[in-house]
Amino acid sequence: MTMMTGAEIVIRCLQEEKVDYVFGYPGGAVLHLYDALFKQDQVKHVLVRHEQAAVHAADGLARSTTKVGVALVTSGPGATNAVTGIATAYMDSIPLVIISGQVPTEYIGQDAFQECDTVGITRPCVKHNFLVNDVHNLALTLKKAFYIANSGRPGPVVIDIPKDITAAKCRFEYPETIQLRSYNPVVKGHLGQIKKAVHLLLEAKRPMIYTGGGVILSNGSEQLTRLTRRLGFPITNTLMGLGSYPATDRQFLGMPGMHGTVEANLAMQHCDVLLAIGARFDDRVIGNPMNFTSLPRKIIHVDIDPSSISKRVKVDVPIVGNVPDVLEEMLKLLESGNAGPDAEVLAGWWKQIEEWRGKQCMKYRMKKSVIMPQYVIEKLYEVTGGKAIVTSDVGQHQMWAAQYYKFDQPRRWLNSGGLGTMGVGLPYAMGASLANPDMPVVCVTGEGSIQMCIQELSTAKQFRLPIKIINLNNRYLGMVRQWQEMFYGSRYSESYMDSLPDFVKLAEAYGHVGIRVERPEDVEPALKKAFVDHKDDLVFIDFITDQKANVFPMVAAGKGLADMILTEDL
Amino acid sequence: MRHIISILLENEAGALSRVAGLFSARGYNIETLTVAPTEDISLSRLTIVTSGTDAVVEQITKQLNKLIDVIKVVDLSEAAHIERELMLLKVRATGKDRDELKRLADIFRGHIIDVTESTYVIELTASGSKLDSFIQAIDSGLILETVRTGVSGIGRGERILKV
Repeated sequence: MTMMTGAEIVIRCLQEEKVDYVFGYPGGAVLHLYDALFKQDQVKHVLVRHEQAAVHAADGLARSTTKVGVALVTSGPGATNAVTGIATAYMDSIPLVIISGQVPTEYIGQDAFQECDTVGITRPCVKHNFLVNDVHNLALTLKKAFYIANSGRPGPVVIDIPKDITAAKCRFEYPETIQLRSYNPVVKGHLGQIKKAVHLLLEAKRPMIYTGGGVILSNGSEQLTRLTRRLGFPITNTLMGLGSYPATDRQFLGMPGMHGTVEANLAMQHCDVLLAIGARFDDRVIGNPMNFTSLPRKIIHVDIDPSSISKRVKVDVPIVGNVPDVLEEMLKLLESGNAGPDAEVLAGWWKQIEEWRGKQCMKYRMKKSVIMPQYVIEKLYEVTGGKAIVTSDVGQHQMWAAQYYKFDQPRRWLNSGGLGTMGVGLPYAMGASLANPDMPVVCVTGEGSIQMCIQELSTAKQFRLPIKIINLNNRYLGMVRQWQEMFYGSRYSESYMDSLPDFVKLAEAYGHVGIRVERPEDVEPALKKAFVDHKDDLVFIDFITDQKANVFPMVAAGKGLADMILTEDL
Repeated sequence: MRHIISILLENEAGALSRVAGLFSARGYNIETLTVAPTEDISLSRLTIVTSGTDAVVEQITKQLNKLIDVIKVVDLSEAAHIERELMLLKVRATGKDRDELKRLADIFRGHIIDVTESTYVIELTASGSKLDSFIQAIDSGLILETVRTGVSGIGRGERILKV
């Protein structure tokens, strides 16, 4: 066996892990690594314009595929710039490996140039992290990192590598499999518990299925769809779970929570048996937990992470396991017993739900002279035939995209649900576009969010990524403005965006196509122009939208799910 | 409720900060924390005394188990166990206090391990609450320094925490 440098070993490990793209930014501490990258062409490097975007783009790649996203940053500011991206991925359990350069081992602790305690800084927002102290441990550490990132409840793993380690040499050996005595995620659910759950489901008079990002992360959509159809129960997907059950199906009640539909929220609130799968009873989903638990209902909770179970809401039947495995067991039990729920009882429950659905809570009033943001999303859905990968930033546009674009498949809707990071939309679209070159990729954003990572228009040009940016430009930090209007006496403190750039010219300056749309009748033609005429270009469409449009329904923070504010237009 | 949580973890750099960081990040309280390697040098044994409702303590053990470096977690206070803590107490020992302090140390089965003309250092090993009582039994004006190691604990009989 030949001797290899640490840098060569790292790149070789990435090859072994079948990594196609590394998103990164070079610097002093990673020069050996960049030199090793240069000498091969299997792993392609995407040069971003800011390290935050490197991690977001790797995250977008991971969300839109089943692969681990990889980012490479230098020490000090390279690592600190990456922290927002890492924390974003951590909150949504996205498998990432982030390699950061570190000052040479002997300089650590000396306040060296571009030194920071990367392992210390990232510790609270990673699944795990490593500081490599010997080149002989390097390959094994990479193996561990990929394994930890993409097993159990996934998450980001940081590997901090001092510069001298990347220059040191040793023989390369990559273990095929790995076992850690301190880490053994449970896969199979407890059969007794699963039986109890199925029994409870069949006895239910007002059943409800509520699923989150865990179903998508575990690739359990197919099993979920089969189980839901077999049971005939109503289902809701959280913001992170959209696409795990077809949104166009009649059994789907829309999204629950703060901006959920009336039917989803009331069914969550009034069900007598709730089957929660890969979800975590987030404050944006169940509202006030005291209010939520004040109503009697049995809860079955399937999750791979035991700490997610009974964290915010005490559950009756906890099932720790991998979602598709557990659902497969449930299906087996249903099929072998040839059992089904009582059709008559279920019909009564559906009648109630249809009554709630009849309220048409998502209706909004069109205006003649000004574009309604919801309308843009509806048209986007039509023009793309519901087949695009849609990323979003954070704010009103994110909620409208989640509400009005109907996702029928998993891994088509990428957004920062947990951390709520503005600026993810464009880098997510970059990662998704590279990983899915045959799919249309759309970034729904606002004039506030897009400016948080606007520099990536340059990366998108370099790599010819035909992303379509839908900028819902209302000249306000819309969600902040909405809360100020509703809860702060319309005192719009610092939420108006003054001195905005001319986005059309800005897009053109970066070498892209820019379109401005100001009238409702121009929305559809502009979208068609972008998706048909400029199929292979990045198109930035700046939609000048209604300034006062609010997201409804809305459950105010701290309120119960049934306490919804509905649109004033109805 | 007070709980004594015992943890076996990889004896790796940073493992302790992961545990301590988890407690501060999630707002759990730490009364005492002790850590040292075991007979197997690759393993550390860590004991934390914490308090919280049953739900909080359940979350603490689950969150600890989630840490990659943590191998096993057990709530010792769930069943029969022994707890011990070592305390070194430096006291002002002059005049008639010298005899009184010696008597008190004997009653609590402590030892005087350092003697000068004006001070004693008393060593006492007992449960945390026993140490508290000893401190209370002494005139607070006489106490010059208190050094406590934090609680160590072990299950009774066949209750064994091992890899």
